[in-house]
Amino acid sequence: MSSPDGGRPAKETSPGGVGRSRGRSHLPATSTNPEDQAEAIQAIKLRHPWRNIFAGVLVVAVVLFILDAAQREAYGWDNFAKYVFDQRISQAALNTVLLTIYSMVIAIILGITLAVMRLSNNPVVRGVAWLYLWIFRGTPVYVQLVFWGLFATIYSTIDVGIPFMEPWVSWQTDDVIDVFWLAVIGLALNESAYMAEIVRAGILSVDKGQDEAATALGMSWLQTMRRVVIPQAMRIIIPPTGNEVISMLKTTSLVTAIPYSFDLYGRQRDIASVIFDPIPLLLVACAWYLLFTSLLMVGQYFLEKRFSRGVGHAVEKKSTNTTETAAVPTTVNPAQKAPEGDEHQ
Amino acid sequence: MTDVPMVRAERVSKSFGSNQVLKSISLEVKKGEVLCLVGPSGSGKSTFLRCINHLEQVNAGRLTVDGVVVGYEERDGLLYELKPKVAAKQRQDIGMVFQRFNLFPHMTALENIIEAPMLVKKVSKADATARALELLDRVGLAEKADAYPAHLSGGQQQRVAIARALAMDPKLMLFDEPTSALDPELVGEVLEVMKDLAKSGMTMIVVTHEMGFAREVADTLVFMDGGVVVEAGDPTEVLTNPQRQRTQAFLSKVL
Repeated sequence: MSSPDGGRPAKETSPGGVGRSRGRSHLPATSTNPEDQAEAIQAIKLRHPWRNIFAGVLVVAVVLFILDAAQREAYGWDNFAKYVFDQRISQAALNTVLLTIYSMVIAIILGITLAVMRLSNNPVVRGVAWLYLWIFRGTPVYVQLVFWGLFATIYSTIDVGIPFMEPWVSWQTDDVIDVFWLAVIGLALNESAYMAEIVRAGILSVDKGQDEAATALGMSWLQTMRRVVIPQAMRIIIPPTGNEVISMLKTTSLVTAIPYSFDLYGRQRDIASVIFDPIPLLLVACAWYLLFTSLLMVGQYFLEKRFSRGVGHAVEKKSTNTTETAAVPTTVNPAQKAPEGDEHQ
Repeated sequence: MTDVPMVRAERVSKSFGSNQVLKSISLEVKKGEVLCLVGPSGSGKSTFLRCINHLEQVNAGRLTVDGVVVGYEERDGLLYELKPKVAAKQRQDIGMVFQRFNLFPHMTALENIIEAPMLVKKVSKADATARALELLDRVGLAEKADAYPAHLSGGQQQRVAIARALAMDPKLMLFDEPTSALDPELVGEVLEVMKDLAKSGMTMIVVTHEMGFAREVADTLVFMDGGVVVEAGDPTEVLTNPQRQRTQAFLSKVL
């Protein structure tokens, strides 16, 4: 790719090319004089004309799309404006967030437990964890949610007592667990199977020597896990977990399978079917989902930074050489500054 | 010195599957003594060291530390496997320093040192910190208390690792090739700390390739090869006048 305007990067760099050609002849091959320094290279920057052209085309296309969308009737922007801050919608948005938080918290705790179980020496414990993962990863989450919706049909009462005897206490399942919590359980149990694999990968990534050092200091297995292994595994665990949270936020829209309809998606659909205008309400839901995922991405960035403590060069500044050609910021993604897998010796 | 040896190995054997790594090792380390283990790699030195700390389990023979069987409990002439808790308790008294330091990278030098005393011995944070600073000073790193391992040189990391082991007040220190992963320039500072430690009367077992150190500090030098003790004795004696052919061959290459 030769650029027409710049020509090939010039060979002579500056008028002061003195030290190089003339100086070399009488210098020994190995110099011990640090004062005799070659001057800094000042090459002409490589040009990227196609990047600029492509960026220009993209900008034009986006502008055209926005202008068109703003005028298009079907988007129903008036209804969008009317419902985006509607109290029913913001309440539903809160429900979606709560579903996400509760199910992720349970999933992470359960996932860590399952991961530790899978790494256990006890074959029974290992087997139980394997069976769990097999079932919950092997069936679709939508189907699992439908099943949870039928929980009360399958188990109409919850009994406490000795098997085959008259129960001491008995509850109607419907009275004890409402639909919201069925949704939480359904999402959490499914998610924990995936979290278990993420946590397991994190634990396995920690150097065996860490375990040995802690053991040699007289720390118990649990202390070693809690204070030494898990904190280091976090560096590996956090980025995919952030992705899982974001993914969970969107998966909550499937709770309609239970059926639970007070989340963002369900509520929006209910309103839309009343006013016969689905598209603006879908946009409303999307706007809220996007707001939350954006917030989560920011949070993820800071969490990652915190857990890369002690890995060194965390303060290194991001060099800006990719941005020098054009003002198109789309290619620079600060969240990608993941810690490199460097080995400490 | 009391009559009970700090470490006593009686015909100790260890196999990994069909691979026998230790073949009937017998040796004794008295209290306050420094023993250096030398030999080619794969000769079982490190494995033996790890057995003393019960990081590996012995298959045959008897290994005692300060008169107590390692990793098992002896009742009515029978050996019982130890509960992990009890095994952990045994390890508290044995400090270990690793070839690759194994500092906790997410903790500062100071946090590395106070972690185990606080967690295992339930020492208060203030007491643990005071003691840690003292130890850091002893290994010449008082000003590095707040540095993370990644920002320390190899020699400094290893000195922190030694301080970390000392913080548990061990009665025995095991060194597994403590200088093998270091740049030649940094070996000296670590050996210096170890010499001081030996002078202070600590019982030490050191797996090393530093013959100069062994000659200077060790009370006994043991040469191992192929999982057996080939030769043992006064270090100067063994180094200058080896009796066995295998020892001669090895020393002619490393000295």
